[in-house]
Amino acid sequence: MSSVVSAQPVATDLHDTTSRSRKNLDKLFLGGLWIFTLLAIITLVTLVGTTLLKGYSRLNLSLITNFPSPFPEDAGIQAAIFGSIWVVVTSGLVSLFIAMGTAIYLEEFADQGSRFNKLITINIQTLAGVPSIVFGILGLAFVARGWLGWGFTVGTASAVLTMMVLPVMIVSAREALKAVPSSLREGAYALGATRWQTIVKQVVPSAIPGIATGSILGVSRALGESAPLILLGALAYVSSNPAGFDSDYTVLPLVILKYTQEAQEEFQAVGAAAIIVLLVLLIALNMIAIVIRDKSRKSW
Amino acid sequence: MNTVVTSVGELQPSGRKLRQQRTERVIRVLLMIVATSGVLVTTGVVVALVRPTVEFFRAVSISEFLGTTAWFPLYEPPDFGVWPLVIGTFSVMLVAVIIAVPGGLAIAFYLNQYASDRVRRNLKPILEILAGVPTVVFGFFAINFVGPNIAAKIWVFSDVGFYSALSAGITVGLMILPMMTTLAEDAMAAVPRALIEGSYALGATKRETCTGVIFPAALSGIIAAGVIAMSRAIGETTIVLLAAGSTANFSFDIGQPMQTMSSFIGFAGLGDQPTGSTGYQTIFAVGSLLFVITFFLNMLSRRIVSKFREVYE
Amino acid sequence: MVEDMSNATISKTTGGSRQSDSVVRVNLSSDSQSNSGKPQNEMIMQSVDLQVHYGDFLAVRDVNLTIHKGEITALIGPSGCGKSTIIRCFNRMNDLIPTAKVGGKVFYKGIDLYGPEANAGEVRRRIGMVFQKPNPFPKSIYDNVAFGPRVNGKPTKAETDELVESSLKRAALWEEVKDRLKQSAFSLSGGQQQRLCIARALAVNPDVLLMDEPCSALDPIATARIEDLMAEIKSEYPIVIVTHNMQQAARVSDRTAFFNTEIGANATRPTGVLVEYDTTRKIFANPSDTRTEQYISGRMG
Repeated sequence: MSSVVSAQPVATDLHDTTSRSRKNLDKLFLGGLWIFTLLAIITLVTLVGTTLLKGYSRLNLSLITNFPSPFPEDAGIQAAIFGSIWVVVTSGLVSLFIAMGTAIYLEEFADQGSRFNKLITINIQTLAGVPSIVFGILGLAFVARGWLGWGFTVGTASAVLTMMVLPVMIVSAREALKAVPSSLREGAYALGATRWQTIVKQVVPSAIPGIATGSILGVSRALGESAPLILLGALAYVSSNPAGFDSDYTVLPLVILKYTQEAQEEFQAVGAAAIIVLLVLLIALNMIAIVIRDKSRKSW
Repeated sequence: MNTVVTSVGELQPSGRKLRQQRTERVIRVLLMIVATSGVLVTTGVVVALVRPTVEFFRAVSISEFLGTTAWFPLYEPPDFGVWPLVIGTFSVMLVAVIIAVPGGLAIAFYLNQYASDRVRRNLKPILEILAGVPTVVFGFFAINFVGPNIAAKIWVFSDVGFYSALSAGITVGLMILPMMTTLAEDAMAAVPRALIEGSYALGATKRETCTGVIFPAALSGIIAAGVIAMSRAIGETTIVLLAAGSTANFSFDIGQPMQTMSSFIGFAGLGDQPTGSTGYQTIFAVGSLLFVITFFLNMLSRRIVSKFREVYE
Repeated sequence: MVEDMSNATISKTTGGSRQSDSVVRVNLSSDSQSNSGKPQNEMIMQSVDLQVHYGDFLAVRDVNLTIHKGEITALIGPSGCGKSTIIRCFNRMNDLIPTAKVGGKVFYKGIDLYGPEANAGEVRRRIGMVFQKPNPFPKSIYDNVAFGPRVNGKPTKAETDELVESSLKRAALWEEVKDRLKQSAFSLSGGQQQRLCIARALAVNPDVLLMDEPCSALDPIATARIEDLMAEIKSEYPIVIVTHNMQQAARVSDRTAFFNTEIGANATRPTGVLVEYDTTRKIFANPSDTRTEQYISGRMG
């Protein structure tokens, strides 16, 4: 019988026999994990703290009611707020419409394994990975100039942000539709409903919470996006709210960009205050999403 | 005995039902058109980039683009050596990835094997919030905190000024940290519980299970996540524009200001380039390069996940 | 290696070279009493009033078992009666489930497994486990077997080589894999993977081996090989096996514990309970409890 090479002496109790070096490695490892976890938390705290510290002084009503001015105490971001609202709402609605159509087609109508289906899915995945600035280039070439020639307007910005946000919207709409149990569809078919009737009356209504949270995700992204709009004229000195889709415009992220680049501390303060406004808007949006998500959980 | 004779058309739809079914076919076609729009956008991106790129390379030789090291395309006379941008891009990416990949792994291990439910419930929202912060806010953070307090303090090899690739890299790394954590965590969660239990049943500690079993088992997902993090760091514009300046330095010293491909495009876009000018076309040439690199990385990431999944079960 | 279920005696022949001690036969007469003063094998583990709650739900209660050296103990019963839960108490694997609460006591050589003197990692090294579905690590065959020793100590290459070889031999797998130790464990068949998991568990030199339905994912031939293996190694490693295959329990085990389910007064879900625990001979030929008899005859008739 071959001898057993045992690394431990035979013990008659069950006390901890892990070696010191093993235990030390365990502690070292856990310490490393904590360091990075704390890093994430500290980053968030410092980020918010720095912003509050710098922008606190400029937080009053005039920030929201005023328009840009060479005097930082008077400079306000009303144009940017309205510009953001125009651009974000438009792109949100348009991309939601397209995303719904695409998702419904892919999930309910098209053959799941078909090449067309796969082609579209791959395209969506590719788009999701494209850097945002490249969408700005696309907008510059086709929308601002080139074919559409809309120039640097609200319409241009909406079109470009629509394209950017589309992959996210499509993916979340598809997930929401997938989550609807097939028993719901079968019940409708069994009563003689056509496919479209089933979709409109049964599937989509029950997928609405998922679609809503997905849309809010997309809208949040559009609200915070800066890179593509740099190329699309949003940085210009805009001192009025948009009046139509052909108006000049600016958005919150870009006025933040502009003020952050200024050397004067007072302008930095305006930028920081604008950040606070932006973050408040984003938090509000996310709260809405959470509320929708929780409400929908209860109804099941 | 009567046999019931059915007329041929008894089970066919009529009237309203017939109209509904016809409408439905139309709807289906409409939806297909809508779905195709997604494809159109990708094609649009490619087309948008190709023509001006080709025209750019008619005006500027490839050997100058890839062979020289001075990048001053908007000056008179212009220089079109792209290397400063490439080096700048990879410098920022490297710093970012050094922070985000180990960091993401660490937090993911912690959430996966160590954190109690209470900690998890509090930590995850913090990560989600961090993930939702717009890049321009991170840019502000870079200029007002990371640059002066961190980059300037830790870089001992040279004097760090207001703009530096280091400051930009650290901030980009912090920005993509939550995303890397989520992806790594997903990869770890996919490791079958049986494997993990098998490790504990042999008397292994949590650390040994993490490094000896979970990490190798989740490796393909983790690598894919790292590649996506790289791609994201390469494509980042606003943070770099704010924190790294607009000097296309041909240098490996990350304490210096640098310009990346993305930040150059942003910078060029800020000034108004007349359509068709070489300056305008430069945007497209660099944009093509950027698109190709990120496209390749994303495909790599997907292939890693799909190709190595079999080795696993 | 074959057990003959005749009425009189059970005689077992184990592989000749392995008989380091003459294994004492337990109860050969038809009116079997395990505590009739005849010499028994030394008791190595014992559970006293063992019970497990998952949250508020009492999953299994009142389990009093003794595990003896040189023997195979089988836990049988319908599904949901807590057999797997109980066996997982024996190596503190239930610690990994946050909602699980273990009551009562489990003793190993007189030490309370859940007391302050017992370290969970050490417990698991000494009381090994083989799982229902083979779960080899995504590593080479060699690295699978070497994982335990490497983690529990710092063996040299020579020591590791020898340990891997002896463990694989003990698990009756060496001849089949000795030329391909560096290949992935997944290149093995299901039965081979399970023997690999057994080798892996043996490599840390446990005192007891727990097996949770080890053959339920395997075909009959692979099952038979593992049963042979169990009979070979039981003199060195007492085995506790959970199985829902009664023929298997009757074939391989020396003692059998029959579990059943019942719904308590205020409960909505059935709780597992140990009905009868005795030598295998008695359980299958002449059980004391009617529930045992119903179960046995219902499944074997």
